[in-house]
Amino acid sequence: MAVLRRGAAIEIAGLRKEYLSSTGSVVALTDIDLRVSSGEFLCIVGPSGCGKSTLLRILAGLDRQTGGSIKVEAEGWAVENAMVFQDGGLFPWMRVEDNVAFGLTTRGVPAEEKAARVEAALRLVGLSKFRRHYPHQLSGGMRQRTAIARAFVTDPAMLLMDEPFAALDAQNRIILQTELVRLWEQTGKTVIYVTHSIDEALALGDRTVLMTAQPGRIKTIIDVPFPRPRDPIMLSVSPEFASLKLDIWRVLEEEVMRARAEMEK
Amino acid sequence: MNVRSSKSVERLLYLISPIGLLAVWQLLLMAGFGDRRFIPAPSDIAVRFVQMIGNGELAMHTAATLRRVVAGFVLGATPAVAIGLLMAMFRPVRYFFDPLIAVMFPIPKVALMPLLLLALGFGDASKIALVAIAVFFPVIVNTYVGAANVDKIYWDVAKNYGASQFVMFTRVLFFGALPMIFAGLRIAIAVSFIVLVAAEFVATKSGIGYLIWNSWELLQVDVMFVGIVTIGILGLITSVLFQEIERKAIPWRAE
Repeated sequence: MAVLRRGAAIEIAGLRKEYLSSTGSVVALTDIDLRVSSGEFLCIVGPSGCGKSTLLRILAGLDRQTGGSIKVEAEGWAVENAMVFQDGGLFPWMRVEDNVAFGLTTRGVPAEEKAARVEAALRLVGLSKFRRHYPHQLSGGMRQRTAIARAFVTDPAMLLMDEPFAALDAQNRIILQTELVRLWEQTGKTVIYVTHSIDEALALGDRTVLMTAQPGRIKTIIDVPFPRPRDPIMLSVSPEFASLKLDIWRVLEEEVMRARAEMEK
Repeated sequence: MNVRSSKSVERLLYLISPIGLLAVWQLLLMAGFGDRRFIPAPSDIAVRFVQMIGNGELAMHTAATLRRVVAGFVLGATPAVAIGLLMAMFRPVRYFFDPLIAVMFPIPKVALMPLLLLALGFGDASKIALVAIAVFFPVIVNTYVGAANVDKIYWDVAKNYGASQFVMFTRVLFFGALPMIFAGLRIAIAVSFIVLVAAEFVATKSGIGYLIWNSWELLQVDVMFVGIVTIGILGLITSVLFQEIERKAIPWRAE
């Protein structure tokens, strides 16, 4: 399918985030400089507490940075971003179709158009038959599909994903990863995908940002060289994948150790 | 099979205690313990109960009580839910109502009856107002707690997906607080019967409370018991009714 337009281009410069805690001020993020091209699939990997989720929340408008700037180039898009939350964040009191429709309801999209777009989004993630179900009646994989449909239906210029598949079993994770990449290729959106899994970052992303432990900085950015379409299983057993994964792991390991030493001090 | 039989044993036990109590009461009186003029036997009460249903007296008093409970309940619960949600949404609203609730909640609402008679007269209005005031407090406190404890992730989702404050109020906070709102409503329905029966003791010629107080003055102890039993039955029916409504209103709650 031809992609007619490309998602948002993002330019982050000198971004910094400090929190006030009971023990004083904590620097969560500092010196974040990052350019994301239009239509790119960017993964962010780092040890826990590196501020990768904070970065995503700032991009989503849920948090404000202490310093630095973010420029989002999303001309021609009605909705700048939509987030897929870690455990879905589906409203338990809404049926699947109402959850998916939420971002259209809030923006006052007319009923007829809304119904058509929800229908299309449900078909896209294979949940048409479950539209009248409540979230508690769905499996974990189906809940995440609903959350993805809710994000895609608003047609955002960028998709922000916070470890969306972390709670799923291995088989479901691979199926959903494959579906996500298919949706991304069809729609040309910019995706920023936070994960703690190196495998996931290498299977999905065009580039992978490695972050340092607290305070979160960008350690290095890796171009993921594997051609698309990628088969996550075939890829994961290839020697090139193993050697790249090992390189990344060495970098991360150093960071994890440093973070631990910091904590024990 | 085992589960089922233990269930039916439980159900049996459920009936044994009230029936057993009534049986002991009846037998003691029949054996000559106590004076049946002052302490009527369950059978005497049952006879009077049937008689009062027959002549329409009980229906008239029940209707008067129910009318006041329903009107007061709706008048008290509706603003309580709305303000409770607003308190969770807007800090200034909370700071405005918090001290008022802290001061007013512990006041026995029956103590306000003379004031209400003065302000609203001897008609239904003063009783309805009393029920509304008594209902207001448990509902507003429960609604606020329920709305304040709506998981932060739903606020995040709503904000990220462009929800206005109106959408936040009607689609997120209200439903997120609904289980707690129902807990408050169930307390409130019991409270409304409690204060209304006390209020009907004075300054009215109708209602179950009037029936109980009047029969005490005439020393018709059996009629008094009919009134007490009727209130119990009304309480039971409304409680079952509310459970049904709650089940229908909160279908997302996993069984």
